[in-house]
Amino acid sequence: MEAIQTMADMAARSEKPDVLFWVGCAGSFDDRAKKITRSFAELLQKAGVSFAVLGQEESCTGDPAKRAGNEFLFQMQAAMNIQTLNAYEVKRVVTTCPHCFNTLKNEYPELGGNYEVLHHTQFLQKLLDEGKLKVEGGAFKGRKVTFHDPCYLGRANDEFEAPRSVLRDLEADLVEMKRCKNRGFCCGAGGAQMFKEAEKGNKEVNIERTEEALDTGAEIVAVGCPFCTTMMTDGVKNKEEEARVKVYDVSELLNESTRS
Amino acid sequence: METINMIEIACFVLALGTAVFFFQKNAGRIRRNIQLGRDVDRSDRASERWKIMGRVALGQSKMVARPVAGFFHILIYAGFLLINIEVLEIFIDGLLGTHRIFSGPLGGLYTAAIDFFELLSVGVILACLVFLWRRNVQRIKRFHTAEMKGWPTKDAQLILYVELVLMGALLMMNAAESQMEGSPAGPFVISQYLGFVFKGWSQDALHIAERGFWWLHLIGILAFLNYLPFSKHFHIILSFPNVWYSKLDSKGSMGNMASVKEEVEKMMDPNADPFAAPAEGAAEPERFGAKDVFDLHRVQLMNAYTCTECGRCTSVCPAHETGKKLSPRKIMMDVRDRLDEVGKNIDKNGDFEDDGLSLLDDRISREELWACTSCNACVEACPVAIDPLSIILEMRRYLVMEESAAPQELNLMMTNVENNGAPWQFAQADRLNWAQD
Repeated sequence: MEAIQTMADMAARSEKPDVLFWVGCAGSFDDRAKKITRSFAELLQKAGVSFAVLGQEESCTGDPAKRAGNEFLFQMQAAMNIQTLNAYEVKRVVTTCPHCFNTLKNEYPELGGNYEVLHHTQFLQKLLDEGKLKVEGGAFKGRKVTFHDPCYLGRANDEFEAPRSVLRDLEADLVEMKRCKNRGFCCGAGGAQMFKEAEKGNKEVNIERTEEALDTGAEIVAVGCPFCTTMMTDGVKNKEEEARVKVYDVSELLNESTRS
Repeated sequence: METINMIEIACFVLALGTAVFFFQKNAGRIRRNIQLGRDVDRSDRASERWKIMGRVALGQSKMVARPVAGFFHILIYAGFLLINIEVLEIFIDGLLGTHRIFSGPLGGLYTAAIDFFELLSVGVILACLVFLWRRNVQRIKRFHTAEMKGWPTKDAQLILYVELVLMGALLMMNAAESQMEGSPAGPFVISQYLGFVFKGWSQDALHIAERGFWWLHLIGILAFLNYLPFSKHFHIILSFPNVWYSKLDSKGSMGNMASVKEEVEKMMDPNADPFAAPAEGAAEPERFGAKDVFDLHRVQLMNAYTCTECGRCTSVCPAHETGKKLSPRKIMMDVRDRLDEVGKNIDKNGDFEDDGLSLLDDRISREELWACTSCNACVEACPVAIDPLSIILEMRRYLVMEESAAPQELNLMMTNVENNGAPWQFAQADRLNWAQD
């Protein structure tokens, strides 16, 4: 991976990138999610996209606080981030986290933050369609892959096609789970559940979902969200299937199959 | 005009007048209850709203997501809409003392129309039987969860039985007529085969039977109309406005609270006077979030009266499916039941007198609220665009912003966001470490 530019670096040189890569908290701090961040950054570099990150100037979008009911904290975070983004005159944002994506896209505009916001799978689909990224090697050709829809990309924002389109470009054998697309089943992490123990029940949500993914016979569970990644990976481990079944972000699969 | 005819007209007018009087009174009570909620402006994007109402409510587009239930529901729905044309004739006949007033002017078309209605009513009967079978023999899981015990289940069964009686009366009325001499209508495509019931009856007896079923059908309709405001079946009326007023923004957007926005703006404004007294005549600040039905907005309250307890929301809820206490349907039923309770309180006392109860804790527990993953599956599943998630979120807002009563782990998460801009305890300075590792 080449050096990553920050908005501050570029501003110091009076430059502006075409797109801001919003990394998100999981992408910045979670060891597994950091790999996804690097994969996506590498893909952007391979495609020759002019991009930068906020780095230390990025702060939580406030999504988990908002879903937990703390509107005050959410709006404080939003006001702060909007100030930063507007100061850099950001026009386009791409992010690997559907929660950041949803918040930036749907909840920031009313608070003064108006940007074109894309999920990384949408961005990657565009790069593939435009020929800026080319699939080579066929590492996943014919391999059975199932895609787990993140709630905040799919149902919340009606994007079901972009991640599947990328997987089809990999010539993977895409199989669907029983509950998919607008009827997709949550991984259990949304609505701030990621940060707390689940309420008493007879099963964990991620186990239910993992069982469904395993039922497809897929060897790869493709995801598009760092929290889904954690939940599904834990689920596969719980089912002791980690030797046979792997959980990867769509960008990781694509990064394996493209050369610079 | 014969005296007997005059008496019949008088009875009809009395029955109709009584039914309409009580219905408007009880429906008016529901209207008043809904207006106890906070004001919300959903009058924007009207053309989009008409379209979505046409598609989802009138066109039943979301019902068919489950094909079996969807198909039979459309049968009942079409029956309800179209047989109403015949009910119009019944009303005119009742008021004028005529018999099948449309048969003269419509001629052959009339026979065709009546035959069509007969076929529809057979469809409705079939659908009701299928629904009773699904509830009582097949015992589909979503009809038998905890919140369905008692009245909700009885309500559902009663509606199906009444529909069977209404359709039966319609067919038997025609069956009696099929045996009568000089009838302006017929032969009836279905009920001529039911005519054997009246074999050998005198013309007078047939006439009385025909009138009897006519009255049974009419009284049935009027009674059913008055049952609606006390039943989940009120959805046949509220589904339409409920879909019209539904949220049009993407499901992920949860709306920014204007009151908080104002506060945050003041905090960020270096020129704001921190010691300023509230402006003269400024309204008392509203409670953050919802503790009781008064704190919800009107569309949310209308949602509650629109819910017909089909349970599609609950059957797709990840929390419910994994044995947690949360059921989105129960949330809607709780809001409605609490609102009914508040309404009765107002009926009794003139104004609402504090009863020491609230939606939170007395009906909806904190455990239910914290089990939600905000995945929107319930919202997606609802055939009439009810939004249980918005109510859950509004109640979480109350818990967090008024009571500081979030679960401990969420308090830690929020403290981290506040202190270091991430839900975990990592330093802001380490945000770019992924690029160096």
